[in-house]
Amino acid sequence: MTRVSEHLNQALHDLMESDPSVHLLGEDVSDPYGGAFKVTRGLSGRFGSRVRSTPLSEGAIAGVGAGLALAGDKAIVEIMFADFVALAFDQITNFAAKSTSMYGRPVPVPLVVRCPTGGNRGYGPTHSQNPQKHFIGVPGLSLFEMTPFHDAGELFSRMFGLGRPCLFFEDKVLYTRQMYRTDDLFRFELVDDVARVYLDGAGRPDCTLVTHGGLVHRTLDAMRALLLEDDLICELLVPAQLYPVPHLPGLEDAPHVCVVDDGTEGGTWAAEVATALYPRLWGRLRRPITLINSADGVIPAAPHLEREVLVQADSIRAAVREALS
Amino acid sequence: MIVTAAPPRSPRHALNDGDLRSLLLIRHFERALLRLFEQGVLSGTTHTCLGQEYIPVTLSALLRDDDFVFSNHRGHGHFLARHPDPHGLLAEIMGREGALCGGVGGSQHIYHRRFLSTGVQGESLPVATGVALKLAGTGALACAYIGDGTWGEGAVYEALNMASLWRVPLLVVVEHNGIAQSTPTSAQMAGTIAARAAAFGVRHHHVTSTDVGEIRDALAPLVDAVRAEPSPLVVEFATHRLGPHSKGDDTRPPEEIRRAQESDWYDRHAETDPERFARLDREQRELVERVVAEVSARPLSRPGGAA
Ligand SMILES: Cc1ncc(C[n+]2csc(CCOP(=O)(O)OP(=O)(O)O)c2C)c(N)n1
Ligand SMILES: [Mg+2]
Repeated sequence: MTRVSEHLNQALHDLMESDPSVHLLGEDVSDPYGGAFKVTRGLSGRFGSRVRSTPLSEGAIAGVGAGLALAGDKAIVEIMFADFVALAFDQITNFAAKSTSMYGRPVPVPLVVRCPTGGNRGYGPTHSQNPQKHFIGVPGLSLFEMTPFHDAGELFSRMFGLGRPCLFFEDKVLYTRQMYRTDDLFRFELVDDVARVYLDGAGRPDCTLVTHGGLVHRTLDAMRALLLEDDLICELLVPAQLYPVPHLPGLEDAPHVCVVDDGTEGGTWAAEVATALYPRLWGRLRRPITLINSADGVIPAAPHLEREVLVQADSIRAAVREALS
Repeated sequence: MIVTAAPPRSPRHALNDGDLRSLLLIRHFERALLRLFEQGVLSGTTHTCLGQEYIPVTLSALLRDDDFVFSNHRGHGHFLARHPDPHGLLAEIMGREGALCGGVGGSQHIYHRRFLSTGVQGESLPVATGVALKLAGTGALACAYIGDGTWGEGAVYEALNMASLWRVPLLVVVEHNGIAQSTPTSAQMAGTIAARAAAFGVRHHHVTSTDVGEIRDALAPLVDAVRAEPSPLVVEFATHRLGPHSKGDDTRPPEEIRRAQESDWYDRHAETDPERFARLDREQRELVERVVAEVSARPLSRPGGAA
């Protein structure tokens, strides 16, 4: 059994071992600290100056990563809390992403910006956000998110293979969960990019849920309650690539689709998924796709208030029940 | 650059009861926080200023009610030295009734009267410059506490430049504890803070003393000048972080932690004036114990209903 943070750590070790052109930069990433969430543990000892603890300079960290990539190497930069990627917005969107095409010919920029996301830890309004939505639709930029079902090493190879900058989101609560485990009721398989989590032996589900890595466990808890208490069968699709929205398999027969997104309401990833699905499923859907998001508000520090704002298993369950009633 | 004398072994100025109370309130408050975390009663995180309490206590007497104070992640001492309201602060941290900001902000995001903190490093300095621009000429100033590591952020420089260009009453208090989270300053800062200030034509004052009265005497005319001219000033304290960055995350070698502890004001004051110290120490410890008991028993906070 491997925790997601350990799995990511191993993937970084393997990547840096197999590819000497990979650099890693971020605040407090060196040993013995090994990063705020310990994902970079052991790397500085093994890979020397290819791993650098940086000053508190998110904009420049992203820019330096882009420079290494421009110069022919590859860079992984860690933003300590995803909230602070706002400070690197210019370097990521106006330099790294645009450079891939603004010079009239393709310019590879193999840069991965790792961003620990999400709340439910009582860290308060500036240390709990899911900023994925702010980066949707930026030309030249791809978004990925860690899930318990995808091999991180393969995701790093894929992101670098694109030759364009990628944001890689990692939910902080997910770090503590186990890889490749669902719940005793459900199994999972990978269909291309997408993890499909389904009830073994069940026929057509009543509802297909689509979510991102950080919400997998809350969504599974909701699916369990929907099955055992409401007699509703749900299936779950979890893409590792968030944007551009990849092909989501098997939705042609879905009586209902519900997208669950931990970002706050308004201009959301969930809406982007729905936009991608409507032309494909139009005429087959019985009702509009249900979008579930965190509330349109800051994320409070106090747990009882934070809980009310963020998407939770009970809010997912309630939304699915209401949609199907 | 003006450098004050090296720290004397025993304080030159006797601390008055008010200052000693304030120091001890902060110390016991934060020790209680660490205990509450260990007991699993608190969620999220906390950053204690153990060892650095004398900085906001020194500043508190130099600040006026109409000054605006900007604080950061390590802000409990900044708050308590200005507003001795441990109930309100603890309620905020615990999400209980009477919380300063309804429990929304928590430890790092407090806005109470003219005190504001935020958890994003460097963010406050441009805002403080804007507030100082508004205050210029009134005699009031904006005071912003930042750490040494925060000088990594570009916003700090953009703000200093404007503050100097526009001659605003901005007092930047740098708590230079030689470390940012786990990274020693030597690994995250090239050059010096003094030279940075000089580059913008901003006055800089370096404080190595931990003696509240002595530092205050040296700072008083400088702070007056910030108000009167007006003009920005950077005051850099050489200080020590006794505890972990947040909780349980101290990876410094034990001898380094011990060296930091040797600079602690607590034992020194206890030796100099044992009877009075013991009395006030007990008084503040018991006060904090009562605050913890009272606030823990309160119902959960609701935003909008804050004290
Ligand atoms: C923009 C930003 N980057 C990173 C962090 C995470 N972080 C919080 S405190 C800190 C270290 C700050 O060091 P310093 O300014 O020296 O203050 P100290 O903690 O020593 O008081 C870091 C990296 C943050 N809060 N904001
Ligand atoms: Mg510091």
